[in-house]
This record gives sequence, structure tokens and C-alpha cells, in this order.
Amino acid sequence: MLSSARRWRPVAALVSLVTVIPLSVILAALAVPDGAVWAHLQNHLLPELLRNTLWLVLGVGSGVLLVGVPLAWLTALYEFPGRRFFNWALMLPLAMPAYVMAFSQLGLFDFTGPLQSWLRAATGDSSWVPSLRSSGGVALVMTLAFYPYVYLLARNAFASMGRRALEVGQSFGLSRVKGFWHVALPMARPWIIGGVTLALMETLADFGTVAIFNYDTFTSAIYKAWFSLFSLPAAKQLASLLVLMVFVLVWLEQRARGRRAYTQTGRAAPLPRLRLTGWQRWAATLWAGLVLLLAFVLPFGQLVWWAWQLVAEEFNADLLGYALRSVALSLMAAVAVAVVALALAYAQRRDPHPATRLLAKLATLGYAVPGTVLAVGVFVPVAWLDNLLLGWFGGALGPDVTAIFKGTLLVMLLAYVSRFLAVGHSAIDSAMGRITRSQEEAARNLGYAGWGLLRHVHLPLLKGSLLTAVLMVFVDVMKEMPITLMTRPFDWDTLAVRVFSFTTEGQWEHAALPAVAIVLAGLVPVILLSRQKDPL
Amino acid sequence: MKKQLMFAAVLAAFAGSAMAEEIVVYSARAEQLVKPLIEAYKKETGVDVKLVSDKEGPLMERMRAEGSNSPADILLTVDAGNLWQASKMGLLKPVSSKVLEANIPAHLRDPKNEWFGLSIRARTLFYNTQKVQPAQLSSYEDLADPKWKGKLCLRTSKKVYNQSLVAMLLSEHGPVKTEKIVRGWVDNLATDVFADDTKMLEAIAAGQCEVGLANTYYYGRLMNKNPNLPVGIFWANQKGKGTHVNISGAGVAKYAKNERGAVRFIEWLSSDKAQNLFADVDMEFPVNPKVKPDPKVAAWGAFKHNLINVSNAGARQAEAVMLMDRVGYK
Amino acid sequence: MTALLELDSVSQAYGATTVVEAMSFALQKGEIACLVGSSGCGKTTVLRCIAGFEPVNGGEIRLDGRVISRRDYLCPAHERAIGMVFQDYALFPHLTVADNVAFGLRALGRGERAARVTEMLGVVGLAGLASSYPHELSGGQQQRVALARALAPRPRLLLMDEPFSNLDVDLRERLSREVRDILKHENTTAILVTHDQNEAFAMADRVGVMQGGRLLQWDTPYRLYHQPATRYVADFIGQGVFLPGRVSGPHCISLEIGEFCGMLPLDFAVNDRVDVLLRPDDVQHDDASPMTAIVESKVFRGAEFHYTLTLPSGQRVLAQVPSHHNHAVGEAIGIRLELDHLIAFRHG
Repeated sequence: MLSSARRWRPVAALVSLVTVIPLSVILAALAVPDGAVWAHLQNHLLPELLRNTLWLVLGVGSGVLLVGVPLAWLTALYEFPGRRFFNWALMLPLAMPAYVMAFSQLGLFDFTGPLQSWLRAATGDSSWVPSLRSSGGVALVMTLAFYPYVYLLARNAFASMGRRALEVGQSFGLSRVKGFWHVALPMARPWIIGGVTLALMETLADFGTVAIFNYDTFTSAIYKAWFSLFSLPAAKQLASLLVLMVFVLVWLEQRARGRRAYTQTGRAAPLPRLRLTGWQRWAATLWAGLVLLLAFVLPFGQLVWWAWQLVAEEFNADLLGYALRSVALSLMAAVAVAVVALALAYAQRRDPHPATRLLAKLATLGYAVPGTVLAVGVFVPVAWLDNLLLGWFGGALGPDVTAIFKGTLLVMLLAYVSRFLAVGHSAIDSAMGRITRSQEEAARNLGYAGWGLLRHVHLPLLKGSLLTAVLMVFVDVMKEMPITLMTRPFDWDTLAVRVFSFTTEGQWEHAALPAVAIVLAGLVPVILLSRQKDPL
Repeated sequence: MKKQLMFAAVLAAFAGSAMAEEIVVYSARAEQLVKPLIEAYKKETGVDVKLVSDKEGPLMERMRAEGSNSPADILLTVDAGNLWQASKMGLLKPVSSKVLEANIPAHLRDPKNEWFGLSIRARTLFYNTQKVQPAQLSSYEDLADPKWKGKLCLRTSKKVYNQSLVAMLLSEHGPVKTEKIVRGWVDNLATDVFADDTKMLEAIAAGQCEVGLANTYYYGRLMNKNPNLPVGIFWANQKGKGTHVNISGAGVAKYAKNERGAVRFIEWLSSDKAQNLFADVDMEFPVNPKVKPDPKVAAWGAFKHNLINVSNAGARQAEAVMLMDRVGYK
Repeated sequence: MTALLELDSVSQAYGATTVVEAMSFALQKGEIACLVGSSGCGKTTVLRCIAGFEPVNGGEIRLDGRVISRRDYLCPAHERAIGMVFQDYALFPHLTVADNVAFGLRALGRGERAARVTEMLGVVGLAGLASSYPHELSGGQQQRVALARALAPRPRLLLMDEPFSNLDVDLRERLSREVRDILKHENTTAILVTHDQNEAFAMADRVGVMQGGRLLQWDTPYRLYHQPATRYVADFIGQGVFLPGRVSGPHCISLEIGEFCGMLPLDFAVNDRVDVLLRPDDVQHDDASPMTAIVESKVFRGAEFHYTLTLPSGQRVLAQVPSHHNHAVGEAIGIRLELDHLIAFRHG
């Protein structure tokens, strides 16, 4: 038995290479210190950047909790006007890239935006309006962009055990409010933490949003070191620190969890939703509506408005091509990530050795690295391999051949896997945890083993979570920019590339049309995602 | 040997191969500004120009990683600082071309001829026409004067345009005086610095501040969209050394597979035929003195360029960035 | 002496569907009651109404003489001090066994709490597993943890919803006896819901039989078995067959195998057609008896045989016979009826 389990460790090792190689390229820079740049960063930037980053992590972390968890609780357990609509609509911000949300929100609420302009026209003064271009503003906008991760994961956890948890609490004298705090919340912890982790990893890796707000964080220092001070080593060192920080956080949470399991020991029949009455029903509707308005309706409306003004000028058949390519690429990447995540989760399952667990953790760290840095980490080893092969066989191929794997779909997909494995893995791994040992043992008794076991037992049971992983990664790849730019084949334009080429020139309005297309293409999976009964 | 050939054939199938003449351009200039030129060139010569767009940093890193197997023939980017950096990283090769020397003024190309300016963007003063008289304006240095306290808008120092401007000030005034000037700017700020020039110009128009620094083409685009905005352009330092200009430009990649084709393309870009196409599409100024700018751009009036070589922007960029960090210019 | 729990004509409905109708019963302190009935009869809903998880549409529920549920009033579940053992146990997977048991003991000091946890784990026989997690336990152990957790805060009333349904038969029988001992030891008043009458008989002082939302009979197990109030109860509780007959006198009924007279007057007129309930223990084997029946099938139960016999009319009866009387299938054996209680229902 042990030997068959051990066979899975090489699988985990192989899978984690996809991320570990680019990460090592980045971490290798730690060996080559760039003294002058470091001294400068340390003296003038790092203290503030760390303060800013800490604030942002705290702000966005508590923000996504405060927005995501109550909404998840409401929609999972209670009946109130519009509940069925909000159930899926509250996921919509996921379809909008955070930096698009940022420039759209700034367009609306900044000094020159319609709200403040109207205020000035009406009252002559808008200076009392707090500026969105502030630490609070960034945290708010990122909260609105990232809360759906927490909402999605927490809602599913609550839906599967929420009301029963309340009843248990009540049978021990806890009111519903106390029951929420003492029973439901602790039981949903891994899912809530999972959502917050995704949100915070995105926050830490984000450059686009903070750049639009000109809010300096750790990533700003990474880009400053690279683009302004021309020290890629210093940039990689900063990125390494970021990765290490995330790794320590993830590891601490894992340790704190210890031997605890979060799978239900038994299953209860689903209970009907609780009905909210009186003012509470409308308060629930109002709260959900307000979040949806701020996080999606307004920014998307602004985008549509911009796009509409330029639609005659910008809209052409090419756009359809970009959209199709984006969708095809995202779909392929999503399936690739799901397959790799499944292999990793299965390897962990079959071989629960700490080494396998460590490999899995390493493999999912790509999500915390700023995209552009990871793109270099992916590209450098591929170019190295190409150069090596061309050195051996180049003569036979002729002088025109400069690439073998560079610019191929294969590399592109591997790069996406290294970036988004965390997203797919979190979905599949927690579902894997719900498959009981006895289910596996039963199948073994009936003569299933190895692939047969995976195919006939795990796959059918994981179907829902696999779909969730595919959909979430799909939406993420639709929005992804730096890796696409670095690894795409010649002239392979996607919607995100179009958005990029306009935003580099500050032409937000022109970027609106492809951005709207990204959101529209993302709507389908987001809606499908919210229909998933028990995805995680 | 046989095995090697077979393996090579498999790799070749993976890699594919080209038929017509082909130039590969690594471009950090916005794609919609480059595509029309590529199409025009193809129409005229039949040469297929392939485009790889990304930010400057990743593009250069990519060329470095690819080494002698880089498919890039040309690196096209904005800002002399970036071209200078590419040259320093050894990504470009010198080109001797009579055409380029004739078409492009000396201060707008690399002294070692590794890169060439193709369009000019001036970074100058803009003001709210309802609040400021042109007579009150004079120079970049003047914006540090306390009379502008609470009235100045700036874009972030993270943008290379500002880094180049400060680098030019450094080469003109030295570090002590430049630091004083930039500190003066920071003290005069009306609000947090902006993430882009357009937003900053809009803030001037909305009266959030009265005066600021921007590249001319952002102004052109904004006024195109909304001609009634109360924002005026003022050519800075006309009584001194002239307005700070920067370039977008190109160089031939060190390991260019089609070096002759690359040179021909850059020469074409600097020619009368292409200059207007190159510059006008983004409301920039042509580098070729024989070519008239777009009428809308010409309407801003002629101005004196600062003739210091734009490569200085690159050489002193890191110094400029550190200076701005020191004085708290974000 | 007032009852600890009284249900007075309680009704409950989801929308237009009536789930519980005019339900009344009372439970004395220290008693263990059991609601039985086939699935969907409303027994779990009654339990949830008592717990306060569901409102009532009519009637009232009183605990210690105080109304806790009536139409338009619901004392919040958490203020009732009613403990509950859930069908799926609902143990907290992220807490150890000890922490699970300590969950309801927030009001106690640290020392008292630890003492009570230790005591309860001792009572349910899990003293060595305090620091295990629920997923590390067997089903029976999980059930005991759930019981210990519910009993630890000394609830005024303990509700148990199908507490043994996830366990195998052997364990179920053993645990139900154990749980009764534990409940009696703790002097806990409890109501349990089950569809298994053996469980009910093993545990309960009082049993209520429900059908279609109504309580058909609320009685001791003995009386339920021997004096079922309705034909449904007679059918649901225990084994037996109905033999058609005719009322032949105030106390007597004539069947195909003779005339039988009970001690109590019958509620029928002479000549009414009735069905008489025959339990297996009412039918005795007697080689001397002139009345014979043919063995159709038999089940060996160790100390006794359960015979299914066919009377000359083709009517079947069941007989419980000491196991040394081993007869072959097809053999005719002599039987005798011992009817102490004559249970008859109108023929239908």
C-alpha cells in the first residue's frame, strides 16, 4: 500500500515544477544583491511601502470579510425580496478586472467625475467629498473587486451546514446572532480563509489597481526597481520576499488548523430558508443592492457609457476575433489548470506525507507573485531551453528558426497553470477532503485501484468542484495581462491585450469597449458558477 | 547524426518557418499607434512586419533571455531613457545609415547610433485659462516658486516622462539645485499626484489646480474630444534652453535576423512619407525637420527645443528617480 | 403535580399543508417518551416545535407551566434550555471531543467545566478519547459524544431525533438500553423520535403513535401493545393478524376457531361483524388441542419459534412457540388461543 502511495509523490513534484521553476528564477536573485538600489529603497521607500501594504492587506482583508461573509450568510440562509437574483448577481464583480474597476470608479467619483462635477455645479463645492484616491479608497475598491471570492466560498459552506449549525447553537442556549459567531463562523473557517487568501494574494500581486490610484505598495517597489532603476535583480529580490511572506502566512494557517477536519461527520436533510420579516427583509435587500450597485452596476455602467460613445469608432470585426481568442484561450487554460490541480490534489490524497503537502503549497504560490515578474520567471527558463536545443540542432533547422517552445500554446498554458493553480486547487482540494476514506475503501474492496479509483470514484464526486475550478480560472485568465503579453504567439491579440494597449497610453475610454467585452464574456461562467449547488 | 536530423525535423515542425521577407518588431509603443504603419509598409514593400507588444521592461528581459536566438529585429519604444537602457544592456547594435543621419537631428538620436528618435513629444506647461494668464508662466523651475502653492498638479514620478524631465534638469542644474526645484514642486501640489496626464489635465480644467506638466499629445487628445475645456498650452523655458523634448524611437536588435530589412524599415519610418503617419496618429511632432506636423499640432505654435541630447535622460534616470524619492515626489 | 411538558392541541402547517394536527400530551419530570410513526407522520416536526425551531399555528406548548409556543408567540429556541441530539449528531468537526462536550458549558468556570466534561465522558464511556476529533471516532462513539454534549448542560428536557438511525442493528439495541440507563442516571426528561418500535419499547416510559400528523395513542408500551386504541396502532405496534368474527354476547366474540370471552365489556352490539387482533403470544401450541393448523413457514429465534400457521379457512395466524417444539413445514399442529384481552375493531 505504502509503495503505491509513494508513487504519487513524483507526480506532485512534477506538477509543482510548473510553479517551482519560475519561482526559483525569481528566488535565485537573492544570491546577487544589488546594494545601491537596496540602500535607496530601504532609506526612502520601504518603510512607507510596507506600511501601505500592511494597511491594504488589513483593509482589503477585513473589507472582503465584512462584505462577503454577511452577504453569503444572508443569501444562504434567509429568504428576502430579490434573494434569488442577488444569489448570482453578487458574483458579477468577479468578471471585471480589478484595474478596470479602479479606473471606472475613479472616472465616476474623482474630482473631475460626474458626481463631484454635479455637486460643484449644484452647490459650488465638492471639496468635502472624501477623495477616492486615498488609502481608504484603494482598499474600498479592491474590496469591491475581490469580495466575491469570500462570498462564493462562504456561501457554499453556509448553505451546506448553516441552519443546522444555528439549531445546534440554539439547543445550547445561543441566540441566532451568537450561534453565527460561535458555531457557523468557526465551522466555515477553512472556506472563509480560503476566500480571503485568494483575495489577499491578488491584492499583494496587484500592480494595475494601485498604479491607477498611485498608491505605493510592495509591488510598486518591485516595478520601481525594475522599470525606473533598471535593476531586475532588486525587483526579483523584492518579489521573493513577497513570496516568502505569503508562504509563511499560508503555512501558519495550515499549522493552526492541525488535525482538525472540517468535513461534516454526518449529513442532514436540507432545511428550508428562514424568512426575514418586517424591516429586516428590506434591510437585507437594501444592503445586497447597495453592494451590487457599487461593485458592479455603477462601474459597469460607466464602462458601457464610455464604450457606447466610441462604439462607432472602435467596434469592428476584429473585436469579435479578440473575444473568440480570449474565450478559447481561457477555456483551454482553465481545463489545463483543473487537470493539474486534480492531479495535485489526488497526489496529496494518496500520499499524505508532509513532503507532498509542501510541494502542493509551493505549486500554488504563483498566485501571489506580481504577474509581470512571474512572466519573466516563466520566460527565462523556456528561452534557456530553446537556446540549448537550438545550440544542438540549430544547424539542421536553418538560421531562421529562433524558437522551439517560445511563443507556443504549450508554454502559454503552462504559464497560466503556474499563475492560477491556487485558484483551481483550492476548489478541488476542499472537495477532495469531503470524500470519505470509507468511500475509497469501499471502491477498493470492489476491485478499483489507481486510475480506475480516480475515474470511477473521485471524478464523479468531484464533478461539481472541477466545474467550479474551470469557471473561476476561466474568468481569471480572461482578465490576465502580463503573462499573455509575454508568452503569446506573434500577433495573438486578446481582449486583455487590447485593454492593455489603450491603458498604457491612459486612454481609459478607448479601453472600455474591450473591457466591456471581457465582462460580458465573464458573465456566462459567473452565472454558471452561482448555479453550482455544492461546488467547494 | 540521423537521429539528430530527425529530432531537428520534429522541432522544425514545432517551430514553423517563414517564407516572405519578415521583420519582427518588439514594441512598447501602443499597438494601435504602430499597426497603421505596419500596414502601410506592407502595402508599399510587401514586407511582413510582425509585432510583439509588451511593456519595455518585460520586452528587454525577453530579448536578453533569448540572446542570440531572439527573433527580434527592431526594438521600438517610447522614451529615450528606455532606449538608452536597452543599449546599455547590449540589446542593440550600431547602425550607420546616411538616410537616418540626414532625417534625424543629432540631439534626437544615440551618439553611438544604436537608436533613433522617430517622433517628438514635448513635456511642457499647461494652465487653466480662466485662472492663469500666460504671462504668469515661464519655466519648469518657476513652478517651484511659492506663488504656485496649492495650485500645481503633477503626474506620478513613476512615469518615465517625469523621470526624463528631472534627468534633464539634473544635467542642466546639477543635483543640489534640481533637488530644490523638485522639492518646490512637491510643496506646491494642490492634490495627490495623478496616475496619468489626461486625468491631470482634466483636473486643471475642473479647477482642482491651476497649472501642471504634461506631454503635448495628451493635451491634443483631450482637446479633440472636448475643444471647450479651459486649458491652455505654454511652451516652457523659451527664454532659457528650450522646452524638454523626448522621443519615441527604435533601434536594431543586436541579434537581428534581418538586419538590412530592419534598417530599411527604420529609414522608411523617418522618411517624409511615414513621418506624418507616425507622428500624427498620436498628435506628436515628427523628428524629420522637413516634415510639417499635423495642423492641429502646428496650431500650438513653434517652440525652441532643448537641444541637449536625449540620451542624457537615460544616463541620469536612476539618479532622477532617487532624487524624486528623496523629496517625497510620489 | 403539573407536568414538565404539555402539548395542548398543537397544530403546525407549512403553507396549506397541515403537518401536525391538534396534538396533545403531557410528560412528567424524569419520564422518557417516544414518538413513533412511519416517515412523514409529523413526529420530527413535533420535536422541532418543542425545540422552538418551528412556530406553531395553533394550540400551545408549555414547559414547567410556562407557555413557550403558541400562535403568534415563540419563545426563542436558545432561551428554552432544551437540549437536542440531532439525527446526524451535528458534532463540531473542528473541535475535539472534550471541546464538543464543553460547548454548552459556557456558564461554568474553567474547573467546573473540565470536571463536568470528564464526568460526562465517563458516563458515556469515552473517557480516553477526550482529545480526539469527531472524524477519528466510530459512528457509535460519535453518537455518545453527541449525547454527552447534549446532556452536559443539564437541559430541562432532552430531545433526540432518530438518534440511532445511523447505526447498525446490534449497536442500536445495545446503545438504546445504555442511553436509557444514562438518562435515568441523570434523571433527565427526554423525548425521542423514531420509526423503530423496538427502540421505543426499549427506552420509553410513554410512547406516542402518530399517523398523518395526529397522535393516535399516548400510553405505556405495555398498554400500546395489549390495548391499542386504533386498528392502525394495533397494526403498527408489534406483530399480529386480524381474525374476522361476530359479536356473540356482551363480552364474547365467536371466531372460526371457537367463541372467546374477555373480561371487559365490548363496545359493540351483538351480531356486529368485527376483526379480532391475535398477537403471536396469544396463540399457544397444544398437542392436546382439537383445533389444528398447518405450519406454513417458521423462523428460529433461539428460545422460540415464530410459526406462520394456516387455519382450515385459509386464514393465517402467527404463533410464538418454545423452541423445543420443532415441527416441519406442512405438518398440522394443535393450537389453543389464550385471549386475556379481547381486542376487536369493527370489521373493514
